[in-house]
Amino acid sequence: MKITLKVWRQRTAADTGRMVAYKMDGISPDMSFLEMMDLLNEQLNTRGEDPVAFDSDCREGVCGTCSMVIDGRPHGPATATTTCQLYMRQFADGATITVEPWRAKAFPVVRDLVVDRSSFDRIMQAGGYVTVHAGPKPDPNAMPIEPEVVELSLDAATCIGCGACVAACPNGAAMLFTAAKVSHLGLLPQGQPERYTRVVNMVRQMETEGFGACRNYAECEAACPKQISIGFISRMNRDYVRATLVEPVDPRGTMAPQ
Amino acid sequence: MTLELVANIPHGRIEEKWASHVDQIRLVGPRNRPRYTVIVVGTGLAGAAAAASMGAMGYNVECYCFQDSPRRAHSIAAQGGINAAKDYRNDGDSVFRLFYDTQKGGDYRSREANVYRLAELSMGIIDQAVAQGVPFAREYGGLLANRSFGGVLVERTFYCRGETGQQLLLGANSALAREIHDGRVRMHTRTELLDIVVVDGRARGIVVRDLVTGEIASVAGDAVVLATGGYSNVYYLSTNAKGCNVTATWRAHKKGAGFANPCYCQIHPTCIPAAGDHQAKLTLMSESLRNDGRIWVPRKRGETRPPSEIQEEDRYYFLEERYPRFGNLVPRDVASRNAKDVCDEHLGVGPTGYGVYLDFRDAIRDRGATVIEGRYGNLFEMYERITDEDPRSTPMRIYPAPHYTMGGLWVDYNLMTSLPGLFAIGEANFSDHGANRLGASSLMQCLADGYFIMPVTIADYISRHPRGEVGVDHPAFKDAEQSLRERTEQLLSIRGKRSTESFHRELGKLMTDHCGISRNETGLKEALKTIPDIREAFWKDLSVTGSGAELNQSLEHAGRVADFLEFAELMCLDALTREESCGCHFREEHQTKDGEALRNDEEFAHVAIWEYTGKDRIPVLHKEPLHFEALPLARRNYKT
Repeated sequence: MKITLKVWRQRTAADTGRMVAYKMDGISPDMSFLEMMDLLNEQLNTRGEDPVAFDSDCREGVCGTCSMVIDGRPHGPATATTTCQLYMRQFADGATITVEPWRAKAFPVVRDLVVDRSSFDRIMQAGGYVTVHAGPKPDPNAMPIEPEVVELSLDAATCIGCGACVAACPNGAAMLFTAAKVSHLGLLPQGQPERYTRVVNMVRQMETEGFGACRNYAECEAACPKQISIGFISRMNRDYVRATLVEPVDPRGTMAPQ
Repeated sequence: MTLELVANIPHGRIEEKWASHVDQIRLVGPRNRPRYTVIVVGTGLAGAAAAASMGAMGYNVECYCFQDSPRRAHSIAAQGGINAAKDYRNDGDSVFRLFYDTQKGGDYRSREANVYRLAELSMGIIDQAVAQGVPFAREYGGLLANRSFGGVLVERTFYCRGETGQQLLLGANSALAREIHDGRVRMHTRTELLDIVVVDGRARGIVVRDLVTGEIASVAGDAVVLATGGYSNVYYLSTNAKGCNVTATWRAHKKGAGFANPCYCQIHPTCIPAAGDHQAKLTLMSESLRNDGRIWVPRKRGETRPPSEIQEEDRYYFLEERYPRFGNLVPRDVASRNAKDVCDEHLGVGPTGYGVYLDFRDAIRDRGATVIEGRYGNLFEMYERITDEDPRSTPMRIYPAPHYTMGGLWVDYNLMTSLPGLFAIGEANFSDHGANRLGASSLMQCLADGYFIMPVTIADYISRHPRGEVGVDHPAFKDAEQSLRERTEQLLSIRGKRSTESFHRELGKLMTDHCGISRNETGLKEALKTIPDIREAFWKDLSVTGSGAELNQSLEHAGRVADFLEFAELMCLDALTREESCGCHFREEHQTKDGEALRNDEEFAHVAIWEYTGKDRIPVLHKEPLHFEALPLARRNYKT
């Protein structure tokens, strides 16, 4: 296969970037998209040029590291697929393919296609946990949980934190990510004691990080490599409303460290 | 300098060792813990669990990972499950049986006391994970579900679809996130360990490189914990993530930590075969597939029919025929070796001839498409995406790939290396899996180390030494920083013609050919002769563009490959020295008439621990003899 790549190049966060075109030949349809990018980088290296910086790690679609907007779509044209699981057979011979980083205010570009997603980590730190220390615990079978509930929780927990939902959203909202994290624990009995403080703290952090507002475009769901449903956003909104309007806010919500 | 190799195994009956050890070790009181700084490197299951647990106990924790988020460490990719001797299935499981299975699976090359402790702690891990909100699969009644995994006769594996690793890591990471939020753990992402700093024979801190700014800086601590994973990427093609590397453990080794059993590397039987030269990594398909899939190759060489048209009598179900009792569920090393065997006999399938079928036809017929889809749906999709073939209608093609390294830094019962103050947990240490790891045991070991063992045992070391004795202004830190800056400059100034990738591939191929599924003296000697040549070429002809003061992924990779090029030699030397076949270490010279591994307990029932003696000098071998008191030595037999 022959292809023309148009890749976003940006040396540092402060630089203004630009698209640079690279022609490539001899691409096998069985190559993964990232193997094609590896090949580009080897060729750039041979020419003494700086390779294209991009994030990837497990290359199995589960670590959530890879993050490219390909032909305008986060993770490219295939549904339910991360960039690392995308294969060149998806593209036509002779195609021109554009490759850009995630674009969102809360994900500043670090270099080329690498962005800073630490805002996601801070949302998790604001409340994405059940407070338990390591040590002896009751036997889990003492607390049966309906398999449907566990499966639904796992549907949410399967989020890999890649950020495609944010990159796909015209507003750069992080509602799907936050909703997935809130729902994973909010659905389970273990997550009940902190359920309402969790949703409030995580949503507040999400707003502080500069993510946009949700306008129900549902682009996030379409781009999600794990096909997480926007139904979780409604669930989160319900919990948020209960926490802030109906139910009194738990005063222990911001319990100081001991 | 000689290595300090006292295993510190407690006295008493094996069932009592851990409890009495905890009763007797020194502790640090809650008020004193915040005064001590513990450095944790790596945020996989072991590292995240350890950092979170120690943070919650009150220690001051500095935690590092090279990924952009701690959640991305490679534990996340573990698919199949985690073992625990809960005996929920009432099928005769017990702590002793899990201990027995692990010892037997490891071919009696691990330390009994450690393995028993692991089995003992296994149940608490499940309790801990469920309390954190890990959504393990449940049965209709709401109780936890189990499945079986290779090499055992009970169902003791807990799972979350095909993403058990991700869910357990999210659990550990959520605990870590809480501690970060509360300020007891300070998390440093996109930061790579480059060296360990030793003063007066004790680990006092580390030197790291900020991968975004390129800044090299020192961190001092009262103890250092390495949770930096394994070294399967020495083969270039492995199931590990692209970033996995040996740098932390290798640098620790060069600073005085003994490296144990480096030749033990598990080659996982169920991976998608390489499609061509462009292949950047290999993808594992969970071993749980072997529960329902049947492995076969055509009986005839040069078979051209598509698999669906090959009649039953023309199919060679080689594992079922050779191992009737365990069938397709033999341990990983046995399954891998047999797959290589049939492919070496030219019975293999696929474009390269190095592949065997894993067939779900019968399982779908007997149990129904819905049940099989429920069990393996996401794995089927993953396979289809990569190969463009649907495993529901045509058998999967699989081939073994390097997956997990049982070797690692030698540690005592407290998980401390031979360098005082330096601990190693999870895959980074050598401790519990002997010469071969059973399926669903790595998550168990990482979490046992991280949640329950190291946070307790580290106190015994910490409490014996004054805190904050050495700061980053000590000349040892300055010297280390300086030599690392020089090394970075050196890598950048070669300005040769070859990419890091090309050297890594060359080393990987050499290691796959000569130090892979099976090994022999000639091959290993050849590898030992060739590795220094590759290393020399690397330092003469490497091309790394850019500078050290920016995000430079080629530079990161070059530094890691430079360490692999040194480490590979130790691996081959260890493989050459171990004149026996055990577990995944199969020396062709040592096999039975029917091709089974032949152990040599008289000469090799020991841990081989290598001491670094300097550049271009032969390392010194030390031996920790293994004692088999609770479970007498027996030959592994998966045939009858």
